[in-house]
Amino acid sequence: MGAFNTIAFDANKCDGCGDCMTACATAKTGTTEISRSRLQIAGNAAEGFELALCRQCGDPKCVTVCPAGALGKDYASGVIDWNGDKCVDCLLCTVGCAYAGIALDEASGRVAKCDMCDGSPACVSACPHDALKLVTTSRIYNEVGDWEDLFAPGLAGCQGCNTELLMRHTLRRVGPDTVLATPPGCVPGMGSVGFNGTTGTKVPVFHPLLTNTAPMLAGVKRHYKRIGREVTALAIAGDGGASDVGFQSLSGAAERNEQILFMVVDNEGYMNTGMQRSSCTPYGAWTSTTPVGQGTGSGGLPSQGKTQDAKNLPLIMVNHRCEYVATASTAYMEDLYDKLDKAIAASKRGFAYLHVYSPCTTGWRFPTDQNMEVARKAVETNFVMLWEYTRAGGLRFTRPVDEPLPVTDYLKAMGRFRHLSEDQISHIQGKVVENLNFVKQMAHRA
Amino acid sequence: METTKYLVVGSSHAALEALTAIRMHDTDGSLTMLTRDAHLPYSPTVLPYVVSGRSAPDTVFLRDEKFFARHQISLRRGTALKALHPARNTAELADGSQIAYEKILLATGASPAIPPIPGIAQVSYHVLRTLDDATKLNAAMKASKQAVVMGAGLVGMHAAENLVKAGAKVTIVEMAKQLTDGYFDATAAALIEKAFTDNGATILTGSRVVKLAPSSAFATPGATITLESGATLEADLLLVATGVRPNMDFLTGEGAAVERDKGILVGERMQTSVPNVFAAGDCAQAKSFYSDTKVMNAILPDAAEQGRIAGMAMAGDPGIKDYPGGIPVNTYHFFGRHAISVGSSKVPEGGEVVTRFDEASGRYLKVIFHEGRLTGIYGVNEFFDAGVMSQLILRRIDLSPVREHFLAEPMKSAREIMSLTWR
Ligand SMILES: Cc1cc2nc3c(=O)[nH]c(=O)nc-3n(C[C@H](O)[C@H](O)[C@H](O)COP(=O)(O)OP(=O)(O)OC[C@H]3O[C@@H](n4cnc5c(N)ncnc54)[C@H](O)[C@@H]3O)c2cc1C
Ligand code: SF4
Repeated sequence: MGAFNTIAFDANKCDGCGDCMTACATAKTGTTEISRSRLQIAGNAAEGFELALCRQCGDPKCVTVCPAGALGKDYASGVIDWNGDKCVDCLLCTVGCAYAGIALDEASGRVAKCDMCDGSPACVSACPHDALKLVTTSRIYNEVGDWEDLFAPGLAGCQGCNTELLMRHTLRRVGPDTVLATPPGCVPGMGSVGFNGTTGTKVPVFHPLLTNTAPMLAGVKRHYKRIGREVTALAIAGDGGASDVGFQSLSGAAERNEQILFMVVDNEGYMNTGMQRSSCTPYGAWTSTTPVGQGTGSGGLPSQGKTQDAKNLPLIMVNHRCEYVATASTAYMEDLYDKLDKAIAASKRGFAYLHVYSPCTTGWRFPTDQNMEVARKAVETNFVMLWEYTRAGGLRFTRPVDEPLPVTDYLKAMGRFRHLSEDQISHIQGKVVENLNFVKQMAHRA
Repeated sequence: METTKYLVVGSSHAALEALTAIRMHDTDGSLTMLTRDAHLPYSPTVLPYVVSGRSAPDTVFLRDEKFFARHQISLRRGTALKALHPARNTAELADGSQIAYEKILLATGASPAIPPIPGIAQVSYHVLRTLDDATKLNAAMKASKQAVVMGAGLVGMHAAENLVKAGAKVTIVEMAKQLTDGYFDATAAALIEKAFTDNGATILTGSRVVKLAPSSAFATPGATITLESGATLEADLLLVATGVRPNMDFLTGEGAAVERDKGILVGERMQTSVPNVFAAGDCAQAKSFYSDTKVMNAILPDAAEQGRIAGMAMAGDPGIKDYPGGIPVNTYHFFGRHAISVGSSKVPEGGEVVTRFDEASGRYLKVIFHEGRLTGIYGVNEFFDAGVMSQLILRRIDLSPVREHFLAEPMKSAREIMSLTWR
C-alpha cells in the first residue's frame, strides 16, 4: 500500500465564502444547493471556519460497519468508493464515521461522500483563498519507496535527528551512479564513511578534510568525465566545514563552476564534536563555546550566548552566480524534492548548491519528537526563508510566508535560547525583518 | 489433532473485524475461522433488503475466497462449534473433530428468540437472521396475501414494510405499548406507526399472542393466531421477530467455566473469565458506557468495535485501548423517511430533555443533556451525523457554551465541535 494524495484545509485562510461547496454541489449534483455539497464548511467569521469532509481513512470505519459491502477503499487511488447499486441506504456508515465524512444527501435520500473527483477535486480549484489544497506529497513517498536505499541500515544518529532522513532521501534520489564526499561532521559521524573498513553506503564515499571537500570532489568528477563515465559528484557537508574552514575552497569551486552538487546540512554549529559555535550559529544561541553564565564574557560581563549574527552562506553562494542555489527544510519535503531535482540537473552543467536547515535535537535542546515542528516554526516565523536562485530566473521565494509568526514562537521551541533577554529577542526579531527585506530586494531585482 | 494459533468462531462483523486486527499485528500466525453458516461472510443487517429483493443474495457477501487466501486464513464453512474445553485449549466441532488453539474468539452472535407460545411448534413460521431465512422469506412473501408479524422491533418493522410493499395485508402484533420500544421514544414511534398505517398496515400494540395453531384457510400452510383479547388472526405468512438470544449453548460441560449472564461476560479487552477465551459482538455482554453494569448492546457498530479490540488483545497488539463501553445507536429507514437514535433513552437523574416537533414536516428532535453533556439524541427526518454524536457522548464534551446553537442546528454545531476537538 502506498501513500495517497489528500485534500488539506487551512482554516486560517478560509473566509467562509462557500465557493468550494458550490463547486462540489455543481460537480456532483448539477445544482448549486450547498447543502448537497460533499464537503461542508461549518463555523463563523468570529470563531473561524471548520471543515467536514471524508478523510479517506486508511482504516475506514464506514467500510467496516457497512452491511452491504457498498463501501471499500481503493488501494490504487486511496479513495473510499461508494457503490450505489449495493448500498441499501441504512445509514450505518454515518454511525461509523466520526468525522461527518459520509452523510445523508436529503434530496436524493442516499448517502454521499467525497470521491476526490478522480484526482482533480472541484472544491480545490474553486477556493479563491488557497484554503483548500491537494497535497501530492504522496508521490514522493510512493516513488522513493521504489528506489534503492543507498545507505547501510542503522545509522548512528542522535534520537530525533532529521539528518538520516535527509541523507537517505537525497542519496536515493541522486541514485547509484554517485561519488559521495562527506567531510568531518555529523554525516560521517552517523556512519556514512563506515566502520572497520566497510563503508556505510552502497556508492563510493570518501572522507575529505574540512578544508578541501569541494576541490577533491571536483577532481574526482573531472576524472570520471575524462574517462567518459557519467556520475553525480555529491557532497553532504556540515555548516561548519562549509562556512568556516572549508569556505575558500568551496568558493573557488563555485567560481570555477565545477559540475558538483554541494549540499550543506545546516545545524548551526559543530554539533558532532561537542556543539561549538560556527559562523552559521545565530545570535544569542547557547553553544559550548558561547556559554551562558556569569563572568565569562568580555570585560567580566556575563556572557549570554553568541554575540555575533549568523553568516548567510546561501546568499553568499548566490553571489557566485552558481547554476543553482536553494534553501530547503525537511518540514517541507515537496519543496525539498523539487529543489533536489533541479539541483541534480544543474550539477550536470555546473555548480549546484543546496542549503538544508537541520534542527539539532541534542545541540539546540528540544524534545526528540519535535524536529519537524522546530523546522516548520523556523519557516513560519521567517527565521529561515525558502527560496531558489537560477541565473535566468534570479531569486524567488518558493514558500513565501505572508503572515509570519513572531520569532518568539520559534525561539521558545528550544532550550538554546532560553536565557534570552528582551533586548536580545528584539535584536533577533529585528534581524529577521532585516534579512527578509534583504532577500525580498534580491527577489525583486530578479 | 489440528492446531491453530487463533481460532475465530463466527464469520460476521465481530469475527471479521477480529481477523483484520489480528492480521494487522501478526501477518502469518495460523488463523482459522469457523462458521456454522454455509455461505461466505455476510451481514444479518442486509437481510431485509434480500427479503425485499433489492439486494440479490449473491451480491451481499462481505469477503470472497481470495481474501482468505491472501491473508492465509483457513475458512471452514458449515462447521459449528459444539463444545469448548478451555482447560485443554481445545474446541470440539459438530462433526466430533477437535482443534487446539492458543486463543479463541467466540463471535457467534445471536439467533431469533422463539417465545414459548402454546402451539408454536405445530405451526410453520419464518424468522430472519440468516441468508437462508431471507431467501425463504423472499419466496414466501411473493405469494402472501395476509401476513402477521410478531414483534415490532427493527427486524419486524423492516419485514413488515417489505410485506406491505409486496402487496400483503399486514398486521403487526407487539406486546409493548409502542412500536420500536427500546429504540425510539413514544413520539418517534407514533410517527413510525402513522407511516405504516397510512400504507395500510394494521398495528396492534399492547397485544400478546397466547396461542398458535395451524390454519388450513390457505393453499400454503398458514397459522391461526389467538390474542390475549380473544381475537384471532389468520395468516398465510407468520414472521416471529420477538428479539434475539445470544448463541452460547456450546458452553456446557467444561465450557461452563466461562462465566455468563444474559450473554458471555467480557472485560475491557473482551476477555472472558477463562484464559485465552475471548468473546465479542451480539453474544457478548460487556460494559455499558453509562454505568459499570454489563449489558447486551446487540448492534452492528458495537460488534465491529468489540471484534477489533478482541483481535488486538489476542494478537498482543500494544496499540490496544480499553473498550469505552457501548452506547446504543440505531438508524432506521421507513417508507422514505429516517429515524436516528444515538445514546441512552433513559433520562439520568438531574438530566434534562429538550424536544422539538414540527408537525407539518414530521421533523422531530429530542435531546437529553446531563450536566451540560449530551447523553442521548433522537431524530425523525432530522439528519445528524450519528458517528459525530457518539463521539460527543463518549468524550463527555461539555455543550453548555453552545447549547442554543446545538439545539437549533445539531448537525452543524456538532460538526464544528468535531473540527475543533478531534480533527
Ligand atoms: C434483520 C436484521 C436487521 C438488523 N439491522 C440492524 C441495524 O440496522 N443496525 C444495527 O446496528 N444492527 C442491526 N442488526 C443487528 C446486527 O446485524 C448485529 O448486531 C450484528 O450482526 C452482530 O454481529 P456479530 O458478529 O456479533 O454476530 P452475528 O452477525 O449474529 O454473526 C454470528 C456468526 O456466528 C456464527 N455462529 C453462530 N453460532 C455458531 C457456532 N456454534 N459455531 C460456528 N459458528 C457459529 C454464525 O453463522 C454467524 O456467522 C440487524 C439484525 C438483523 C437480523
Ligand atoms: S448507507 Fe449504504 S454505504 Fe452506508 S452503511 Fe448503509 S449500505 Fe453501506
